[in-house]
Amino acid sequence: MIITYALTFAIGCFGLGLLFNLWRIARGPTTADRILALDTMVINLIAILVLYGISRSTQIYYEAAMLVAMVGFVSTVAYSRFILRGDIIE
Amino acid sequence: MDLWIEILVAIFLVISGVFGLVGSFGLIKLRGTMQRLHAPTKATTLGVGGVLIASMIYFTFGRGSLSFHELLITLFLFLTAPITANFIAKSYLAKNVTPDDLPDTHSDYGWAVYDDPPGGGPEQEQALGKDR
Repeated sequence: MIITYALTFAIGCFGLGLLFNLWRIARGPTTADRILALDTMVINLIAILVLYGISRSTQIYYEAAMLVAMVGFVSTVAYSRFILRGDIIE
Repeated sequence: MDLWIEILVAIFLVISGVFGLVGSFGLIKLRGTMQRLHAPTKATTLGVGGVLIASMIYFTFGRGSLSFHELLITLFLFLTAPITANFIAKSYLAKNVTPDDLPDTHSDYGWAVYDDPPGGGPEQEQALGKDR
């Protein structure tokens, strides 16, 4: 019962965080801001996936969270590298 | 499930939710890009770590099945957050800051964003040849 309220609170927090990130992506003056906001979105999404797994009390969503973490890291590095050097793999 | 485990999980969830919200709020609140880099890479990573600890406690004590693979995600995120921060800072420096704006490095080599890495080319070949 307590966990249900705490889960609702945490999912609300991270969902609001996703909206903030979206605002920064739309607004962000520089490209680095947009990359940063995308990276934060990925991290918030991992948290929401894990929270959803707790609320359904199933462990299926960990694989999804792990995959999202890996793909998010690789895409952030690739995007930054593209901005930095004009090429991803030299 | 015991009451104290529920309370422990709830405390972790609330703390991590607050940290995640603070991290994302810092992204819109702070002024410069370099300032904004601080909020998500530290606070949000800590928030996700709290969520994963909460789920570990929940599934280990609440469901009776020992679960450690959340630690993998935590470890992965804690390893990759500094790397992404470094890369984002470097891409910002390369696009928006000229070498004249930066302080001197007080060493033989300049900033890694603008100058070639030390060694490389014939110099490095020589060093490798010396080692052999």
